[in-house]
Amino acid sequence: MIYGFAYDTSSTLAYALSILPILGIGLIVTIEAALVGFGIALVLGLVWCLLRRSRFTALSWTIAAIVEFIRDTPLLVQLFFLYYVLPDYGVTLPAFLTGALALGLQYSAYTSEVYRGGFDAVPRGQWEAATALNLTRYQVYRDIVVPQAIPRILPSMGNYAVSMLKETPVLSVVTVLDMLNLANMIGDRTFEYLVPLSLVGLIFPIMTTLCSFGIHALERALPKAGLALR
Amino acid sequence: MTSPIIRFNNVTKRFGDFVVLDQFDFEVAQGEKVTSIGPSGSGKSTVLRILMTLEPFQEGALTIADISYHQPDGRGRFRASDHHLRQIRTNVGMVFQSFNLFPHMTVLRNVVEAPMAVLGLRRAEAECRAVELLRLVGLSDKKDHYPSQLSGGQQQRVAIARALAMRPRVLLFDEPTSALDPQLVGEVLGVIRGLAQEHDLTMLLVTHEMRFAREVSDRVCFFDKGRIVEQGPPDQIFSTPSQPRTREFLNSVLPG
Repeated sequence: MIYGFAYDTSSTLAYALSILPILGIGLIVTIEAALVGFGIALVLGLVWCLLRRSRFTALSWTIAAIVEFIRDTPLLVQLFFLYYVLPDYGVTLPAFLTGALALGLQYSAYTSEVYRGGFDAVPRGQWEAATALNLTRYQVYRDIVVPQAIPRILPSMGNYAVSMLKETPVLSVVTVLDMLNLANMIGDRTFEYLVPLSLVGLIFPIMTTLCSFGIHALERALPKAGLALR
Repeated sequence: MTSPIIRFNNVTKRFGDFVVLDQFDFEVAQGEKVTSIGPSGSGKSTVLRILMTLEPFQEGALTIADISYHQPDGRGRFRASDHHLRQIRTNVGMVFQSFNLFPHMTVLRNVVEAPMAVLGLRRAEAECRAVELLRLVGLSDKKDHYPSQLSGGQQQRVAIARALAMRPRVLLFDEPTSALDPQLVGEVLGVIRGLAQEHDLTMLLVTHEMRFAREVSDRVCFFDKGRIVEQGPPDQIFSTPSQPRTREFLNSVLPG
């Protein structure tokens, strides 16, 4: 029994149906981790990108080095580091938060590049017109550059969202009870791994396909010229 | 005579080894309409871009509306502060060759954006000002359109309204009709001609429309190789230019 659901191993179908609710609970954790992780990646990536574009060269270079380091380190190493090393320094986070943070941190290195590409693609004339109208740098980003960059960055951001969703099972190694971890636990108790793992293997493509459809729909819905934020 | 609203003092501007402006001296009086003509690469557009603080310069000094502006190289410890640059920009507006309207905003939104964000006008106030300016440029009926739905001439007229909404004392026009189809040039020149009647507005215009320059300017400056070779009232420059280079240039651009 897990989460109050018993397994019925009388037939393959009965077994699959009986463990589906358990996997469903894991699925919610998986989706939550992806959402929180990607939220962190979106915000942190923007922060990296803006700091890298700072006119203070020292700051810009430091950030560039940090982002490069994050990108060049395996996710699993970062995850273990956050989970096992940080508590030694008094920072203890719940497993779920540690996992989401690691995902977000790793992907923020990718999203910062996507932002950079998106901002660079906004024509120079837009910056000049905004400067000539005396907008502050913050206002130029908020009202002119970011809104025009959104439709340009959406396809790449969508790819990373899907890719992150597929990487969430990594969190099972730090005890997060995601779908994969629960499937393993079921296998450990029934000595029958094929069905639970197959189900997990099926649910992922369904999710990523749905996710891709959603992103395409969003791409079509967004005005090509940009999305005025206010 | 009041002190000039613009004064370049020995300004030198280089792109790498190429000298764009060479110890450049230039003064413009309040309300004066000055047109710059000359071959491309002669530095006439650069003068406007320096005034709009879009380009740094390497030597010399500049005064705009009594605010002095030293920006040797535009970086390091001589860099003008943002605060300082923004003070200068309060007095200056610019109309670009390629319009540079904000494509994700309606015409009305393009015109109210800066008055609301920079001057702190309330929406009602800003829209009131915008509607009036759109009427001035003959585009009241287009206020809810997006730039992509307008012709080039209409876009440039919106850009003029957008610049005027900030009530600049100096308005810069950087080849405002060069990107337009020939049949659309007239409507934009018509709007600029109207503005030239404004007594207090100082206008600096870079253009290849010689007939227009002759008609609206108080003074025409002929640029070559980063210097003003010859300047004076339009009739004098166009009818009796004294410098051979001016004559040569005018012969090459004027028909007949």
